[in-house]
Amino acid sequence: MSGCSDCSSCNSATVVEFPGSRTAPKAVAVIGPPNSGKTTLFNRLTGLHQKVANFPGVTVEQHTGIAALPDGRTIQLIDLPGVYSLSPRSEDEQVAHDVLTGRRTDTPKPEAVLLVLDSTNMGRHLMLAAPILALGLPTLVILNMADDLRNRGGRVDLEKLSAELGAPVALVSARRGQGVEQVFDFLAGAMLKPAPKELPILQDVPKCRQWAGHVGTQASYRAPTPPKWTRRLDAVFLHPVGGPLLFLAVVIAIFQTIFTVAAPSQTAVDWLIEHSGKWVASVLPAGLFKSLLIDGVWKGVGSVIVFLPQILLLFLFIGILEDSGYLARAALIADRTMAKVGLQGKSFIPLLSAYACAVPAIMSTRTIENKRDRIATILIAPFMTCSARFPVYLLVIAAFIPNRPLLGHFLSIGAAAMLGLYVLGFVVAVLTARVLKSSILKSGRTPFLLEMPSYRWPTLASLGLRLFDRAKVFLVRAGTIILLVSVLLWGALNLPYTNGHPPEIANSLAGTIGRTIEPVIRPLGFNWKIGIGLLTAVFSRETIIATLGTIYGMDPEANKEGLQAALHHDLSLGGAFALLVFFAFAMQCISTIAVVRRETGGWKWPVLQFSYMTVLAYAGAFAAYHLIR
Amino acid sequence: MQLSVNCDLPETLPASLVDLRHGDAAILDGIDLPMEDARRLMELGFLPGTQITAGRSAPGGDPQVFQVDGSEIALRRETARRLTVHRKKTKVEAKPRV
Repeated sequence: MSGCSDCSSCNSATVVEFPGSRTAPKAVAVIGPPNSGKTTLFNRLTGLHQKVANFPGVTVEQHTGIAALPDGRTIQLIDLPGVYSLSPRSEDEQVAHDVLTGRRTDTPKPEAVLLVLDSTNMGRHLMLAAPILALGLPTLVILNMADDLRNRGGRVDLEKLSAELGAPVALVSARRGQGVEQVFDFLAGAMLKPAPKELPILQDVPKCRQWAGHVGTQASYRAPTPPKWTRRLDAVFLHPVGGPLLFLAVVIAIFQTIFTVAAPSQTAVDWLIEHSGKWVASVLPAGLFKSLLIDGVWKGVGSVIVFLPQILLLFLFIGILEDSGYLARAALIADRTMAKVGLQGKSFIPLLSAYACAVPAIMSTRTIENKRDRIATILIAPFMTCSARFPVYLLVIAAFIPNRPLLGHFLSIGAAAMLGLYVLGFVVAVLTARVLKSSILKSGRTPFLLEMPSYRWPTLASLGLRLFDRAKVFLVRAGTIILLVSVLLWGALNLPYTNGHPPEIANSLAGTIGRTIEPVIRPLGFNWKIGIGLLTAVFSRETIIATLGTIYGMDPEANKEGLQAALHHDLSLGGAFALLVFFAFAMQCISTIAVVRRETGGWKWPVLQFSYMTVLAYAGAFAAYHLIR
Repeated sequence: MQLSVNCDLPETLPASLVDLRHGDAAILDGIDLPMEDARRLMELGFLPGTQITAGRSAPGGDPQVFQVDGSEIALRRETARRLTVHRKKTKVEAKPRV
């Protein structure tokens, strides 16, 4: 990969014709350093036509999208991870390098490159142009954030820059959509192979920087003045006293909103599911099919879809924090505290999100570049008390713990027990992190580097696209895995079907399975009915309530009192505590398992995590049952 | 990472980035870290000879933000300690490099 020698042959510009037909989309890669606004541009170009997946075998996310040209042709855009260079050291750089050189069999080799750079920091960002131009692929150099450059008094001569780089240059503002038509023109037109005047030796960083500086000087680049508002806002957000207080306020506000604002919206979704179910029930003839649809599909899938508002709300907050630039400041403030556990500042927001739901939390660990820190964060996230545990805790505590005041009006015993369970999950998470970070996930001395982007207003389009993306992922899962599980559970509760009647639950397939595992869970103080609940809770925790409700032949929502009373027949006080501890520790969530597998690129980590958490749950429940009798 | 630097000012003292207080500027001399890590820092603008200005920090002073080559990068003290600088006698306004 030596730069100059590669390009001596391509000094005469050659026009590259695309071999692809009109139907097969041509592949074009989008690449740029972190914080260059690459994703914003990608969103501009592709809109809703995006697909998110993981590159097989690695944890790097693969975004592809379809850009529709004005003449009707379509082009496949590959959004590569944000990198500072192409020397394959991190996983991100390896993927970017391999895709661009056509070494990944799962991704088509790009026929052209869109190189996105921050025009307000062109000197440093141009360093990435050297290895990209050296590839010899038709390249459009996109100087993004043109609005910032202009507003802060910077300028650049595009013609001279283009002559120096031997490639077309476009000055755009992806956020405002200014100049984006130039990108479409490039994609639609005949593309030239780059013919830069000179390229530095790519391995030599100081030489590359010198080259970038030289190119900038030739193009009469004047850097903009430092961002005034960012300095002013940092004086507040990074104030030695005010900063942490604001940080706490932000955290509490998010936490509080997810719990309070989400509740009515959840009720609304619940109402919608219930009434649509009733409507479907009213138009269908009674029978097996109706039972499958209502008891299996509607109740099963519906119990999961109620979490959609919470998940969207969480991602709205994360989106605002990230797009505005505050997330980097939050990570900076949290870094010291997280370092004590062996983690880093960037782990903080995912762990906070895990109090709502581990699935989006694990997805949001993508902001952590250090792979070991990221995996450690993924592994401890499910210990945080998620919203699916909440209804289970609520039910068991209400059934077994008298609601007497503990500290006057401030805290009742029930609330204290709830708080205790939150603390329990957190303590175990911290201890697990310590163990992991001092053993299998000990990271070397990789320095913690955190770029502080300028503050920017998040745009509605970008936030909307994020929410749309997450909603799609979530609903697709509800419509596939969870649907399948619900149908299977319904089947197990209705088999064997004799004389046109479903069996008694105790004699059903599910009941038989419950009684088979009873010896294993007996030491924890659970009987076979609780056993079926535990089994169905593997798919999602709150399912145990619906399952127990079905088993006791009651509606769990309408008749909480009845369910609470019924629980007393099957659980002693010790057993109730054991059940709470079991739920605090066990990884009963098929969505979390699936998302961990996706994010870590294999079965190794989810299997390890599931085993560890199950063993811990069993041991914890055993201890609780025998200590509190 | 060694780079000989012309220390013609008698007031210049050998120091590291952790010795800079908010607003102080200094010139980077070298990075005492393994090659891979040093490269990563250099790609972010921490090149010998570059002027670095100390910015704000997290409470307790760790990690700290540094203004370098048109961007702001936060480093932990353990990393900042490995970046040797020589200080200028007077405060200098950060001049954007091109």
